[in-house]
Amino acid sequence: MSTDLVIYQEEYKTLEDVLRRLRVDSNARAIFLIDKNGQQIAAAGEIDQFDTTSLASLTAGNVAATDGLAKLIGEREFSVLFHEGQQDHIHISIVGKRAILLVIFDDRSSLGLVRLRVKRASGEMEAVFEQMANRATEAEAAASSASPFAEITDEDIDALFSE
Amino acid sequence: MTFINYANKEINCKIVYYGPGLGGKTTNLQYIYDKTALESKGKMISLATEADRTLFFDFLPLDLGKVRGFTTRFHLYTVPGQVFYDASRKLILKGVDGVVFVADSQEARMDANVESIRNLEENLEEHGFDLRKIPYALQFNKRDLPGVVPLDQMYRMLNYKREPTFEAVATTGVGVFDTLRAVAKLILKDLRQSATG
Ligand SMILES: Nc1nc2c(ncn2[C@@H]2O[C@H](COP(=O)(O)OP(=O)(O)OP(=O)(O)O)[C@@H](O)[C@H]2O)c(=O)[nH]1
Ligand SMILES: [Mg+2]
Repeated sequence: MSTDLVIYQEEYKTLEDVLRRLRVDSNARAIFLIDKNGQQIAAAGEIDQFDTTSLASLTAGNVAATDGLAKLIGEREFSVLFHEGQQDHIHISIVGKRAILLVIFDDRSSLGLVRLRVKRASGEMEAVFEQMANRATEAEAAASSASPFAEITDEDIDALFSE
Repeated sequence: MTFINYANKEINCKIVYYGPGLGGKTTNLQYIYDKTALESKGKMISLATEADRTLFFDFLPLDLGKVRGFTTRFHLYTVPGQVFYDASRKLILKGVDGVVFVADSQEARMDANVESIRNLEENLEEHGFDLRKIPYALQFNKRDLPGVVPLDQMYRMLNYKREPTFEAVATTGVGVFDTLRAVAKLILKDLRQSATG
């Protein structure tokens, strides 16, 4: 079973910095980092312009379907997807084992530029994910003793549904 | 796979509605969507055929409020129930935290219910999950129809591990929130369990 994804302030900041830089370097409209199950991890750029939750879920669905196709024809994965629109285009790539990078760009940028910049940024993000994975295995016990959920009561849970 | 973000103080969980075709999975989500306050829900996405059968999934993000200062968000998905969409069902189970099984109470659908539970068991296994361990709730839907199978009979046939079980009429909302609440609670208790070790 896959372990839970836990992200801390510092890692989050690093990822956001990478996204922000990537967005400037690639001249993109917006950039989203999404986990393969469809939850947004971080974002940068004109994020107010988009329904980010839907975007994350559909992107993950898209990647999952494409992964399924890849396996059917004996490929491990298709590492890049590109959808070309009239004005806006979408570049989707896999980062590490469990994340997806979604870049939305228009004609102020180009596919070549996006591809180039994504490659570099992916390396940096993979390093962060590796660090997260190591931390998860090493210090799982230590981290979980500080988990807010150790203290959850039945009343807390009931309160969620009280309205 | 729960996603806990300490930077944003958010926790995200994934609930999948499973069950045979036309059992009422999409109707459950639609009812939840209709009855949830605007500020607590996102857009509902339905990837469906022209005839309104689920083709890939329905998706509904829900904010249930805060636990211990953490915004608790549930992502609800349905699978396509039609047998030949098995590849898609498998994909959607990825990273699931809890499952709701929506059974159709009509006599003619009992075999389909049984087959779908077996299919769920298998597909969970492929992702390394175990139906015996995962947070799980069972719903007997379409109780409004005439001549449905009696409850105790359905229970004997479909209940897997004494999971919380509810009668429902998804079209009018009977039992819909009870079912959701039950599985959400099991998920949060699971989180507590794994946090305390
Ligand atoms: N009478 C009655 N009809 C219901 C009930 N719940 C759902 N239906 C109807 O059953 C039909 C199928 O419901 P859906 O929610 O689309 O079924 P589904 O499980 O999503 O089906 P797939 O997407 O094919 O897997 C619709 O016409 C619903 O209106 C119920 O409790 N009672
Ligand atoms: Mg459906």
